[in-house]
Amino acid sequence: MGVYTRATVWTAASAALLVAVALVSATIGHASISVPTVALAALDVFAFPSSVSVSLQDQAVPALGGVPWPAFDFGYTSPLDFDVPDTHQYIVGQLRLPRIVLGSTVGASLAISGAVMQGFFRNPMADPSIVGVSSGAAVGAVAAITAPAVVTIGIQPAAFLGALVAAFTVYLVATENGRTPVATLLLAGVAVQTLLGAVTSFLIVNSGREIREAMYWLMGNLHGSRWHEAEAALPVVVLGSVVLLAYARDMNVLLAGEEDAHTLGVEVERTKRLLLAVASLVTAAAVSFAGAIGFVGLIVPHGVRLVVGPDHRVLLPVSAFVGGAFLVTADTIARSGAGNLPVGIVTAFVGAPFFLYLLRDREVHAL
Amino acid sequence: MTLDVSGVDVTLGGEQILEDVSATVADGRLVGVVGPNGAGKSTLLRAMNGVIDPDAGTVLVGGDDVHDLSSKAASRRIATVPQDTHVSFDFTVRQTVEMGRHPHQPRFGGDSDPEAVDRAMERAEVAQFADRDVTSLSGGEKQRVLLARALAQDAPVLLLDEPTASLDVNHQVRTLELVRGLADSDHRAVVAAIHDLDLAARYCDELVLVADGEVLDSGLPRDVLTPDAIREAFDARVAVGTDPATGAPTVTPLPDADAELDARVHVLGGGDTATPIVRELVDAGASVSVGPVVAGDTDHETADRFGLDCVTVEPFTSPGSAVEARAREHVEDADAVVVPAAAGASGVNPVLRDAASRCVVVDGEDGVTTAGTDGLGPRVAVDDVASAVDALDDPDEPLAVADGGND
Repeated sequence: MGVYTRATVWTAASAALLVAVALVSATIGHASISVPTVALAALDVFAFPSSVSVSLQDQAVPALGGVPWPAFDFGYTSPLDFDVPDTHQYIVGQLRLPRIVLGSTVGASLAISGAVMQGFFRNPMADPSIVGVSSGAAVGAVAAITAPAVVTIGIQPAAFLGALVAAFTVYLVATENGRTPVATLLLAGVAVQTLLGAVTSFLIVNSGREIREAMYWLMGNLHGSRWHEAEAALPVVVLGSVVLLAYARDMNVLLAGEEDAHTLGVEVERTKRLLLAVASLVTAAAVSFAGAIGFVGLIVPHGVRLVVGPDHRVLLPVSAFVGGAFLVTADTIARSGAGNLPVGIVTAFVGAPFFLYLLRDREVHAL
Repeated sequence: MTLDVSGVDVTLGGEQILEDVSATVADGRLVGVVGPNGAGKSTLLRAMNGVIDPDAGTVLVGGDDVHDLSSKAASRRIATVPQDTHVSFDFTVRQTVEMGRHPHQPRFGGDSDPEAVDRAMERAEVAQFADRDVTSLSGGEKQRVLLARALAQDAPVLLLDEPTASLDVNHQVRTLELVRGLADSDHRAVVAAIHDLDLAARYCDELVLVADGEVLDSGLPRDVLTPDAIREAFDARVAVGTDPATGAPTVTPLPDADAELDARVHVLGGGDTATPIVRELVDAGASVSVGPVVAGDTDHETADRFGLDCVTVEPFTSPGSAVEARAREHVEDADAVVVPAAAGASGVNPVLRDAASRCVVVDGEDGVTTAGTDGLGPRVAVDDVASAVDALDDPDEPLAVADGGND
């Protein structure tokens, strides 16, 4: 069986898994709704953008006042209209599905960039935030939460910005003469993460009532997700994933070591830069909406690798869908449990023992 | 496609690894890079394939500087078999070999030559474990997988870094026969860093002897692998002979000389009579010459292996006056002449012995020096020949041997 056939079969299977998990998840909640109703309601929600208008709106920026900023306004057309009770349609379409879609997006982005980072660093303990993306996002988000007067751009843009600034800083620090040794990058990432962790702690210690909101963000959660969040995150993650997939074969070759990769026709430094940038962007899109959800990016690629093998052409798409399914499952547990837990607690609670099991049972020592 | 290295300097971590290295490898040639550990052999290969940017000099492949080519373009021209690779992941053999096709596969779309992987695996004899994980293979099997990967790359220039390092004796020869075939029938330009001098001499058209980052010599294996050149490069004492089974030069490492016998000694001989004496004297550090001996007999071969001056007589001819004159020159320059008793009375030996100012006859019991009754001089055992020669130098030494000459 050719690798592309294998990739297609496994990807289709994992996509089906995600859809199934999503449908089941949408039935669970205060109101129990049957799977067929959920399916019909979901199809009703399906819409495609049919018009777009761009307007310039003033965006408040400190010191500068209002800065004109392009705002896109999409018009949507919904071709399907099944007969679903209005309350069910609202619960599924406006409350549960946005959260499920955002959860899938975030899970997929963390898992695919986790798989990329593990291969990139040839280090089984690498996760998507290894170059400081999550800690950068945390500083941005916590700053926006605890000092909204200073950071006026809102939690999610602040987190996104923080994530990219942190990753870029780590990259710059680790780069010398156009080369970025992976080991240096790893250490620079650890150091910057520690520093940013201190900044986050400082902000929290000096905050008042916002401490709960900040902690909630830090643990990672999908609470109160709305469509516009999923709509913002999804394109970044989908486009980023497509780029990463296009470089799957280069990633395989990079696993043989950078010198070998060079002699096998990979532009090593350029490919590394691109992978790092795209994986960081994808991760940043996820964490800025959902907070620093741990363990998904670490364990999902490992689990998937055990089943489908190390070839990134299969590993990356399957990891994305399984990551989505995993996070939706974890979030379903989180929101149906007591006190609306942050999903980050659930992923760590489920993920850590599972990882330990893999470690003991299947020898996840190396890639 | 010709690979042309000229004037390459490489500095790594502030240390000069290569200095003004030049070499040319043409189509159909197999060039061996030999030299001691740390001489810069691997670095030279890494400069050749563009992994390292030289500080000075150029590496041209097919007329283009390898550093001006994209990785993809360069890897279509040059394939490299690394000494070992980070195969710490469980790709199968087929997947690993397929990586060699990377430069030929567009980002989207199929391989232009889908059979290439199978052909390469067949040729490197790894097809039988195509579906096994690379991590489960032995070191030698892994090395052949890497060779298959390079074959799949289908490049006109092939670099191999110690391709036989972890192979058994059977696979060493099979691998090098394969590599030889790549030069002969595929007309590829092949460069191999090989630390086994015998294998290098046997399979390569040309050797480049590298030591301390510099090319000491290059050319035909027989011309490059002299005991003196090897001593300079490896700081090792060797004997170089011709392997009768392959006809190739063969290098035998010897232990360091344990004493410094500071004397020029000429050994008369014939057949194989001089061989044990020469061995003793060379081991003792003496500067030895031999002859006349019949070309191609054991004594001649021994002298050749040690790189000694040797006066030879063509087989089935009698030594002419020219031969005798050259031998006499050696005898007169020598501090001592040593004669095996068996050869003492034959050919021109008696004349030469008579011309010697000091003479030792080898034919005796270990540790016992006796005066000869035939006027040939003292008799010593082979084991004592070095000390007897040493004693000759010191006139006060009671063991001093009576002149064997006629003065």
